[in-house]
Amino acid sequence: MAILEVKELSKYFGGLAALSDLDLTIDEGEIRGIIGPNGAGKTTLFNVISGVYRPTKGSVIYQGSNISSLSPDQIAEKGLVRTFQRTALFHDFTVLKNVTIARHLHAKEGVFGAIFGTAQQMERENEAKALELVEFMGLGGLKDELAMNLPHGHQRALGVAIALATEPKLLMLDEPVTGMNPTEKQHMLQLIKKVRDQGITILLVEHDMRTVMGLCTYISVLDFGKKLTEGLPKEIQANKAVIEAYLGGEEIAA
Amino acid sequence: MGALAPLIIGLCILPFFARAYVVEVAMLFFIYIMLASSYRLIVTVHDWQLYHIVLYGVGAYTSGLLAKNFGIPIWVTIPIGGAMASLVGMAIVRTLLRTKGWGFYIATFGLAELIRTIWLRFRTPFGGSTGIINIPYGPVVAGIDFSEHIPYYFFVMGVMFASIYVLYRIDRSRIGDSFKAIYADPLLAETVGIRVPRYRLLACAIGGFIAGIAGGLLVHRLGAVDPRLFDIIAMIYLLVWVVVGGYRTFWGPIIGVCVMQAAFEFSRPLMQIRPLFFGLTLALVLVFMPGGIESLIPKAVARWRRLRGVPTAATG
Repeated sequence: MAILEVKELSKYFGGLAALSDLDLTIDEGEIRGIIGPNGAGKTTLFNVISGVYRPTKGSVIYQGSNISSLSPDQIAEKGLVRTFQRTALFHDFTVLKNVTIARHLHAKEGVFGAIFGTAQQMERENEAKALELVEFMGLGGLKDELAMNLPHGHQRALGVAIALATEPKLLMLDEPVTGMNPTEKQHMLQLIKKVRDQGITILLVEHDMRTVMGLCTYISVLDFGKKLTEGLPKEIQANKAVIEAYLGGEEIAA
Repeated sequence: MGALAPLIIGLCILPFFARAYVVEVAMLFFIYIMLASSYRLIVTVHDWQLYHIVLYGVGAYTSGLLAKNFGIPIWVTIPIGGAMASLVGMAIVRTLLRTKGWGFYIATFGLAELIRTIWLRFRTPFGGSTGIINIPYGPVVAGIDFSEHIPYYFFVMGVMFASIYVLYRIDRSRIGDSFKAIYADPLLAETVGIRVPRYRLLACAIGGFIAGIAGGLLVHRLGAVDPRLFDIIAMIYLLVWVVVGGYRTFWGPIIGVCVMQAAFEFSRPLMQIRPLFFGLTLALVLVFMPGGIESLIPKAVARWRRLRGVPTAATG
């Protein structure tokens, strides 16, 4: 059952083709890795799928409906959420508050509700849910710390917690383990597996090959905005074209 | 919050012991606080638009004209003035939805000028460059004459506190959280499902309404309206209040109005160089205290705690 389909997707910036005639089909329950050398178009792909950019050509189909012209908030409402390569947080807020704010889709309040304070019960429930997520990501002890004071690895974990707060069906992670030490990477790996076990499909862009090979059920390789090849992790590791594309860059760990 | 009670009591006693002039100035303070707080809401959720002062004017003209030409009582004209200002503000935002960067600021200034030009060009009904006079004051209700300065003072104070309360409740609510999220990182806010354009429109609607009723309150005290009250100089004063006071929290603009208007009042002998003084203050604050006066408060509190030997916990 395909949860996401990308059909003949192209994205041009002026004369530059960041994505060119890309076809992808992601099935429910997958952990799909998107890899490729720098500049291959991975983050552009995420930006197009999540509504930050409109496709120049082609379409993005999520759960059977065309989402190509929707805005990021509309797409999030449908259950498709992404994290950012840059650390995107609500800096001035505490860890817990960051995740509580991200419960937005599951909180209802109008202006009169705000003035007369009628949504207290739902707010308490949302804060409880946010706390669950914060603890799930291993940030329980830091829940009252300001997001901007967290060390890098924890900030990235918070970014994932924020995305999870929306209760997505498809979660797109953009380089979730960048800048983490091996222990943090292992921890994140386990968490991502747990997230998938809860029934969330995962699309993962990563450079760290150990993480990619250890986590992904299937891998698509991009180069110069096009799909180079796809396959099981073992197949990709042995693929000559993929190794060549990476030559001069990172080696694929055995 | 407990500090508020003596303040409110003080404000309630003030008009009975101070000169009439001080009471008039206090009323202006209340009106300016409404202006600055409403502008701050729009600034944090949307952008530093340059037409807010004109919404104040729309409220004033609407209230004044309805009262003068149709005899409508001020209790009705003032909210209608607010609604009118809100609608004009929303219309401007809708028009400029796709405008970004410098174009946005110029466009907001341009649209403000357009509205001012309409007031100046059309002697009927707007009175042209001399404005409108003989606008009715407040009526007599239950034996209290609201054209007198003391009753009107309490009226303005009441409306101000009500407006601040509404802004405060919104700030503390889920909507306020969404507003702050948009301020912190609009793209991230969108990604978690916050409909940024809608929230921006909401902020502008609320901010415009409060600016409009501030205009209505003004016009029924002055008995007249003059287009020069809503020009670019006045807009700059509004900017100064919000920047100097700070806009990170809800309290900043209130501090800004109090400090700058107090300075304004005490600088009367230096009338000529007042704009210079304001401009200089704005520049110095932007360079040395970009968070505004309110950003000094946590630091001052921390230092005071240290001096008293209280162990400083991590302050948020």
